[in-house]
Amino acid sequence: MDIVLLSRLQFAITALYHFLFVPLTLGLSLILLITECVYVMTGRAIWRDITKFWGTLFGINFAMGVATGITMEFQFGTNWAYYAHYVGDVFGAPLAIEGLMAFFLEATLVGLFFFGWERLSKVGHLVVTAGVAIGSNFSALWILIANGWMQFPVGAKFNPDTMRMEVSDFMAVLFNPVAQDKFVHTVAAGYVTGSVFVLAISALYLLQKRHRPLALRSMTVAASFGLASALCVIVLGDESGYTASVNQKMKIAAIEAMWNTEPAPASFTLIGVPDLKGRKTDYAIKIPWVLGLITTRTVDKQVPGIDDLVKLADTRIRSGRIAYDTLTKLRNDRRNAALRAQLDEHVGDLGYALLLKRFRPDVEHASEADIAKAAQSTIPNVPVLFWSFRLMVACGFWFVLLFGTAFYLSATRRLARYRWFLVAALLSLPLPWLAAELGWVVAEYGRQPWVIEGVLPTALGVSSTSSGNVLFSLLGFVLFYSGLAVADLYLMVKYIRLGPDQTLGHPVAAPRDMVAA
Amino acid sequence: MSYELLRLIWWALLGILLIAFAVTDGFDLGSAVLLPYVARNDNERRQVINTIGPVWEGNQVWFVLGGGAIFAAWPALYAASFSGFYLAMFAVLAALIFRPLSIVYRSKLADPRWRSWWDGTFFVTGIIPSLVFGVAFGNLFLGVPFGFDVELRFHSEITLLSLLRPFPLLTGVMSLSMLMLHGATWLSLKTDSAVSARAKAAIPYLAGTFIIVFVLSGIWLLALDGYVITSRLSHDAVSNPMLKTVILVPRGWLSNAGLHPALWLAPLLALGGAFAAILLRNRPLLSFIGSALACAATIATAGLALFPFLLPSSSEPNASLTVWDASSSKLTLEIMLGAVLIFLPLILAYTGWVYRVMRGPVQVRDFSGDPGAY
Repeated sequence: MDIVLLSRLQFAITALYHFLFVPLTLGLSLILLITECVYVMTGRAIWRDITKFWGTLFGINFAMGVATGITMEFQFGTNWAYYAHYVGDVFGAPLAIEGLMAFFLEATLVGLFFFGWERLSKVGHLVVTAGVAIGSNFSALWILIANGWMQFPVGAKFNPDTMRMEVSDFMAVLFNPVAQDKFVHTVAAGYVTGSVFVLAISALYLLQKRHRPLALRSMTVAASFGLASALCVIVLGDESGYTASVNQKMKIAAIEAMWNTEPAPASFTLIGVPDLKGRKTDYAIKIPWVLGLITTRTVDKQVPGIDDLVKLADTRIRSGRIAYDTLTKLRNDRRNAALRAQLDEHVGDLGYALLLKRFRPDVEHASEADIAKAAQSTIPNVPVLFWSFRLMVACGFWFVLLFGTAFYLSATRRLARYRWFLVAALLSLPLPWLAAELGWVVAEYGRQPWVIEGVLPTALGVSSTSSGNVLFSLLGFVLFYSGLAVADLYLMVKYIRLGPDQTLGHPVAAPRDMVAA
Repeated sequence: MSYELLRLIWWALLGILLIAFAVTDGFDLGSAVLLPYVARNDNERRQVINTIGPVWEGNQVWFVLGGGAIFAAWPALYAASFSGFYLAMFAVLAALIFRPLSIVYRSKLADPRWRSWWDGTFFVTGIIPSLVFGVAFGNLFLGVPFGFDVELRFHSEITLLSLLRPFPLLTGVMSLSMLMLHGATWLSLKTDSAVSARAKAAIPYLAGTFIIVFVLSGIWLLALDGYVITSRLSHDAVSNPMLKTVILVPRGWLSNAGLHPALWLAPLLALGGAFAAILLRNRPLLSFIGSALACAATIATAGLALFPFLLPSSSEPNASLTVWDASSSKLTLEIMLGAVLIFLPLILAYTGWVYRVMRGPVQVRDFSGDPGAY
């Protein structure tokens, strides 16, 4: 089998799997911090028990996040060696700083979260919980700075002597607008996941008429935290759409299945059926102006369609070939200043010439037909993006509705009154995971054919190892991860069923007050 | 700061990260390998696991950080070593995937089959990395077949079987005995009663094995050919490993120690640490420091002998990766050094605090009533 396909499949499977655990870690770590803050401020023992119970479920999930996270770091080296060489100078730094600043903090302190209850003062333990929450959130920040650079490679330059991208402006990498939007969008999605998790399981307890004091209090926290986060996800998702329109116009056009450039302001296709062959979208229901407003923040700028963007890619491929040819000459004449100047002029399009390699390994002999094929290859998978995006957004609005209702019911102290609400909350349990996975698909599958947008095609990033090796490790991961998923789910269900009293080994501390219901 | 000095600092930092990993996570790995021998019933096994329960996660980050630092500071080495040693890396990775769960999930259910399955897993996840790291280091001295094309795309002819040569297998045994020794001094320090006594009794055997294998490997190394750079390679050259020439010369790995006799201190400290672990075994903390010293000095010995090589190529020696032509750009090394200077002291401070909070031996009553314990 093709090594590029196998490597991509392995990355997608392991990343999607890792991302089942990360959002819950992000969200629960902050919810634990909130409930423990309440414990320390009020001194009421029930809040300690609430923290400990959700903490147990957090621990089961956290171990999986750690175990599957190491795979991601290894994989850039094992399966994507040319990628690692080509962009390690830029991409490696945020990953290493993630370890130094964030993962170290979270991993070192998480032990004390479980083992430190008796050994630390109340405030001491709160500091530990805060450290875990801060660590996991900063971890997300640095990972998304690295990922943001893959979407929008700012602050770096190609160096012909070392044949790789090198940092020229680290502050630009750090304050990459794409990274900032993605960070808030992603961690907020994590907070939504944690909130839905707590809300759904508490709803289950209320439906089963048990653990009422713990469930009501947990739901109150989840309702307000979840509502704020769900709103945040949507606002920052919209902002991500705007920043993507600056440098990933093709991704936006594909999400919209917008083949032709429309007169400004472009309308937003709410739903429809993209037709790949006819290059049109059937049965489209359109909302005027909305797309133009989201992506350009104006009423007079155009949003380019797929066909125009392919034409643009064609031009850039031709310019990139000049860069590629110059680079080849420069290799035999390293000090030639004229060649260097010529390279500088076209180096921004070098990546587009590399797109040709898939169709013609000797790029300098590429024909017109090869160029046309390479230009066409810049279109990502339109139907997948179109539907993933719409499903994700639908989930996002559902969360606002769900938490809005929960917030209203909690403010009016009627959380336990309506069975329909509790059932809806319970049934929403899988949705944040669905939305998060779809979000990954939109962001990363939508970036194809690039691994670094406009700089390095995905197909070139792979290692020169045998495809047998990649297939073997892929099968290994599928086997391991399936087994571990069973163990993880089994433990989660078991401890949720046992409930807080048995999990903690003592009845949850009797509350001095009861939330009226 | 000059590019040369930055590269030297990052070479030293790479060593420091590896040493920190061996000294901290090393006793986790060693304890896992010793589990079947030192613990004979469920309570004793839990005692062993709970000695590392609160700290293994932080310890493992030294390895994760080591990987991140190689990616950021030595990207060519990262690409070459991870894709070149593909299946060996996969074995280590599998161990690192299963180990967290064998610690955290094991005692969450009372079923003895569940527990014994995870105990078996824990043992295997200790033994694999301990062996693989040693075998990998041994292979560095022999060189492995790899090269780069004109676009600096790495290619290699390394197979898993080709790595299992006699000398690397011996260094694999060295690393296993070293980490088992470190696990034994840790358990002697952090447990009481029977587990502690068994761990203590194992120290002389493990340290003895380590000392014998270390000396044998040293003698073998004297007989090996070593790699030497023959062209002029500026210490602030561009990071392109294809612009120099390298040859194999007899006894080449001794040239550094020949130039700087003070370097002999490293192997002497490794042996001294192992002897101290034996002689001071009735004072567990000092014995533990002895085995930690043995780990640190062994890695230093290997690093200093190899310098300036990071990964020598046996098939195309000129493509060997060295400190002077495989690093990141000067700017990246500077930025990363800044990050290290800010965060490493913080890491050491809170890690020290965690160990202080968790000080003292683990006893059965510490975990029998605590549902959060492992």
